[in-house]
Amino acid sequence: MRTMLSQVRGLGSAKEGTESHLIRQRITAYANLPLMIAFILIVVSLIGADYDTARARIGNPIVAAIMVALVYNVTTHMRIGMQSVIEDYLQHEGLKAAAWIANSLYTGGLAVVGILSILIIAFGG
Amino acid sequence: MTDTSESRRPLSPFVQIFRWPVTMAASLAHRITAMVLYGGSILFAFWLVSLAWGPQAFDFATMLFGTWLGWLVLFVFTWMLMQHIMGGIRHFIWDTAMGLDKPTVDLMARASMIGGIGLTLILWIAVLIAL
Repeated sequence: MRTMLSQVRGLGSAKEGTESHLIRQRITAYANLPLMIAFILIVVSLIGADYDTARARIGNPIVAAIMVALVYNVTTHMRIGMQSVIEDYLQHEGLKAAAWIANSLYTGGLAVVGILSILIIAFGG
Repeated sequence: MTDTSESRRPLSPFVQIFRWPVTMAASLAHRITAMVLYGGSILFAFWLVSLAWGPQAFDFATMLFGTWLGWLVLFVFTWMLMQHIMGGIRHFIWDTAMGLDKPTVDLMARASMIGGIGLTLILWIAVLIAL
């Protein structure tokens, strides 16, 4: 006996199956690799740099663009990853919901603070 | 009275009784490094904010990262990042449906750990030479 796929879709602990998150986690991972290599090069180039040098370098349009993409992409990857961990280890529904909210606040907060900082560095303020 | 026939049943062994397969260690390493990076990324946000804030805040952040504890944190963070990247590349290879047989899986698990430590050391040696 087989159950129709349409009847069991969305019954996993994430309530939406693996479809969107599995693929999205992979896509952000693929994008993270070149972004992270660029980020490491940027950070290494800033070792020992004074304030004006660091600000000019992060404020460079290309560097700022890479940094914004990195912050957005990494925080998305972090949010999905932590959501999976929460689904795996927390069984209590209320606790799970609270952890999901905390996860969104933390990663969303990091994204907002990070991107805003880069924009201030790039456009002065 | 307790049911003796119940209690005499052998218990099924849990993870700690087995020798750890290297693939299990690599899988755990991937998740543990992810969690460390998740928490540690706030340090990067702190550094970015300090740069946006002004020279005094930036000097304060630079001073903090320049302490021995700051260096230790950055070194461990680098290692966690490199290990997670190596684990990720392993997943990228699997995504192409290649390297799924047992010898290759074991080899890639070992390579990811050696690669993670190796890349961390190379990066930090390069940093120390640049300084």
